Amino acid sequence: MNEKPEPILRAEDIHISFGGLKALNGVSLEIYPGEILAIIGPNGAGKTTMLNIINGFYKPDEGRIFFEGKERPRRMKPDRIAAQGIARTFQNLALFRGMSALGNIMVGRTMMMHSNIFSQALYWGFSQKEEIEHREAVERIIDFLQIENIRRTPASMLPYGMQKRVELGRALAAEPKLLLLDEPMAGMNLEEKEDIARFVLDANEELGYTIALIEHDMGVVMDICDRIAVLDFGNKIAEGSPDEIKANPEVIKAYLGTAGG
Amino acid sequence: MSDLPQTYPHILLDNAKKFPPKKAAIREKDYGIWQSYSWQDYLDQVRDFALGLAALGFKKEDKMAIIGDNRPQLYWGVAACQCLGGVPVPLYQDAIHKELHYIVDHSECTIALAEDQEQADKLMHLREEIPRLEYIIYDDPRGLKIYKHDWLIAFTDVQEMGRKFGKENPDYFMNAVNEVKPDDMAIIAYTSGTTGNPKGVMLTHRNIAVCSRGFLQWDNLAETEEVMAYLPMAWIGDHIFSYGQALTAGFTVNCPESTATVVQDQKEIGPTHIFAPPRIWENILTQIMIKIEDSAWIKQKAFHYFMKVANRVEKKRIANDPVPLKDKILYQIGRGIIYAPLVDNLGMRKIRVAYTAGEAIGPEIFEFYRSLGINLKQLYGMTESTAYISMQKDGEIDSETVGPPAPGVKIKISDRGEVLYKSPGNFVGYYKNPEATAETLEDGWLHSGDAGYMTERGHLKIIDRAKDVSKLNDGTMFAPKYIENKLKFSPYIKEAVAHGMDRDFVAAFIDIDYGAVANWAERRHIGFTSYTDLAQKPEVYDLLYNEILRVNKSLSGDEKLRNSQIKRYLLLHKELNPDDGEITRTRKVRRKFVAEKYESLIEALYTGKESVHVEATFTYEDGRTTTMRADLQIRDVETY
Repeated sequence: MNEKPEPILRAEDIHISFGGLKALNGVSLEIYPGEILAIIGPNGAGKTTMLNIINGFYKPDEGRIFFEGKERPRRMKPDRIAAQGIARTFQNLALFRGMSALGNIMVGRTMMMHSNIFSQALYWGFSQKEEIEHREAVERIIDFLQIENIRRTPASMLPYGMQKRVELGRALAAEPKLLLLDEPMAGMNLEEKEDIARFVLDANEELGYTIALIEHDMGVVMDICDRIAVLDFGNKIAEGSPDEIKANPEVIKAYLGTAGG
Repeated sequence: MSDLPQTYPHILLDNAKKFPPKKAAIREKDYGIWQSYSWQDYLDQVRDFALGLAALGFKKEDKMAIIGDNRPQLYWGVAACQCLGGVPVPLYQDAIHKELHYIVDHSECTIALAEDQEQADKLMHLREEIPRLEYIIYDDPRGLKIYKHDWLIAFTDVQEMGRKFGKENPDYFMNAVNEVKPDDMAIIAYTSGTTGNPKGVMLTHRNIAVCSRGFLQWDNLAETEEVMAYLPMAWIGDHIFSYGQALTAGFTVNCPESTATVVQDQKEIGPTHIFAPPRIWENILTQIMIKIEDSAWIKQKAFHYFMKVANRVEKKRIANDPVPLKDKILYQIGRGIIYAPLVDNLGMRKIRVAYTAGEAIGPEIFEFYRSLGINLKQLYGMTESTAYISMQKDGEIDSETVGPPAPGVKIKISDRGEVLYKSPGNFVGYYKNPEATAETLEDGWLHSGDAGYMTERGHLKIIDRAKDVSKLNDGTMFAPKYIENKLKFSPYIKEAVAHGMDRDFVAAFIDIDYGAVANWAERRHIGFTSYTDLAQKPEVYDLLYNEILRVNKSLSGDEKLRNSQIKRYLLLHKELNPDDGEITRTRKVRRKFVAEKYESLIEALYTGKESVHVEATFTYEDGRTTTMRADLQIRDVETY
């Protein structure tokens, strides 16, 4: 990021508490178009909370959020925010278990479907045309994620790594302007991690998606991200390129405890 | 015959003229839908690509490497290359760097066509080492857009260049095609020999056209056939089947969506003609057995009962004996509830002719498919003969022979018992290797390297590789592959290596089939961590013990072979792998290499030890290696 363009999303001085617990304490964050931003930090640092605020699932106690330069109204519903172009995946899988991989990804497109339930049921006219268009888009994603062989398999029968891939597919199906990934590689073996890392990179480089992700595997983070923001106990303690973060004493302290006692 | 076109460019032109635009020449499943191309489309695609190649400076007798899974674009690449009088050199897509380097360098390829990023990456490496290799063309652009090299070009961009070139040089294409003569080289197919470097087999258009027509007439195959193209394009079997026969007759060739969807895609297409090496038939059988074991008790019982019936009936049918009425009735019931649904599930319901080729198939595996009602036949061929030597005729099936000589083929047996043949498919020679050519081709007779004889019915029976057939110390004939194929009928055995030359008895290495044995172990709550761990479980040794016992029993029935029963065995700590050089890409055991590499294991088999220590180095596809250690048990087996 040499010359800084307008951020696609800017969070300013975000505060939120749950009961007496201060989860985020004045965090500001910017996400720039075309980048992969990683949010890292020890457990309980507030990473997932931050994602939940970005996609509107939580309302911050204080602070403002700007999406594409416009301030987001405080009471905006999550589905409206999703319609604006923010999609996400979850730390714990949230697929429709009885539905096929194809069906799950198709769900990601419902936001863009306009025909009503009656014409859909008849599968006629506009709604037929619409269905075919969306199916085509979904097939492109299936091709992109190389999951042709599991197209018809119910999600619950898929191995964990594949479910994660389908979930990524569903988020991509919404063609978001900003894609949020909550630990896309958690619980995977090395090979699965490498696969997902490849897809995340391709989604960024080939399809041009802007991505913010939470991840614990530092190797992956350092390899694929353009920028990293580090949270610790609800505060942002560092931000910068992977090399800057690696050398940052605050970050080392947060991860390893205070050096020399 | 003489008025039929004899070169593939001419055959293609002829097809585009004679077949209606509605008839599909090639289909590819992409984005979940079968996309069809007519013969006119096929020709247009080939012409544009050929002209693009011409614009890049590709000319007569130049070589082009082709690597990737079966895609229409790669078959078009083969044809385009031939239209300019050039020679395609198909490569195995899973070959490691060293092999690719040897072949691309030796064949003097100037252009390479890759399916996708994975293959293009390998070629980009090669390009740094082989300056002659100038352009790399890719089909699937994914992951390659970020590279900005003027020598790395998309297939469609080459076609675009071709259209431009064609406008400027309107006669170029037809002039080039008319320069192609039947005795020009059509392809160089590198054989992954069991010894030494691969050798480039040069085949002409005439070789491929005449043999293809021979195959078609033998089985009355016509343009209505549907075939699946999913075997490596570098294998002569795929070339003759998905290209040679397909163009000559006008088949519809179907390219599956990915290697993981072949079975599903096959079910949708319902091919009428199949051509596959024994390992494919073995794999399908293993998959069936795993599913049967997972099914309900009553289904298992029914399956085993009716398979016994089917086997009895098939044995009678093969012998042309009348089938008793009771079995006839039982077979019809079995067809209704077992055979037909199973065959349908495999996507083989419409099959008229199926061939197994490239290696000997175990008679039990062969009979299994036949007893289901699939017309599986054996074919004996080699790359050097354009796969055309002998094959079985309908009504003259024998699980132990490979049929009578094909039309136009002469077979004789040398004094040493080696099979020699003269086939219209006999190759021109090995590329840039006259010594090896002279060793193989003598006065027009090709030395197969296989030991065999003609039966009284005039069918050829292959025993084994001539150099592998030997004797035990007591003089018993020892044919390792024959024993190994019997072993491989077991769904739990993936590979086997039998030892016995100049020994007192036969001993074997067994490679377990990880999928099947893992499934078996899971159902019995046997925990394991890895292949090595699983292979060394005492329960797994017990399981395999019974499989070997079965083979011994079958060997004991053969007077000549009863002394070659297996007395000791061990389960290997790793799968035999072409990347480690233990088997070839077409899964033939490289005996000499295995004997040297596992000398200590073989010694342990013959010195009465109960276990042996091994250290193994694994090679990954990218060339990295890791080492592991294990103790392998050795067990004795009863003989009959």
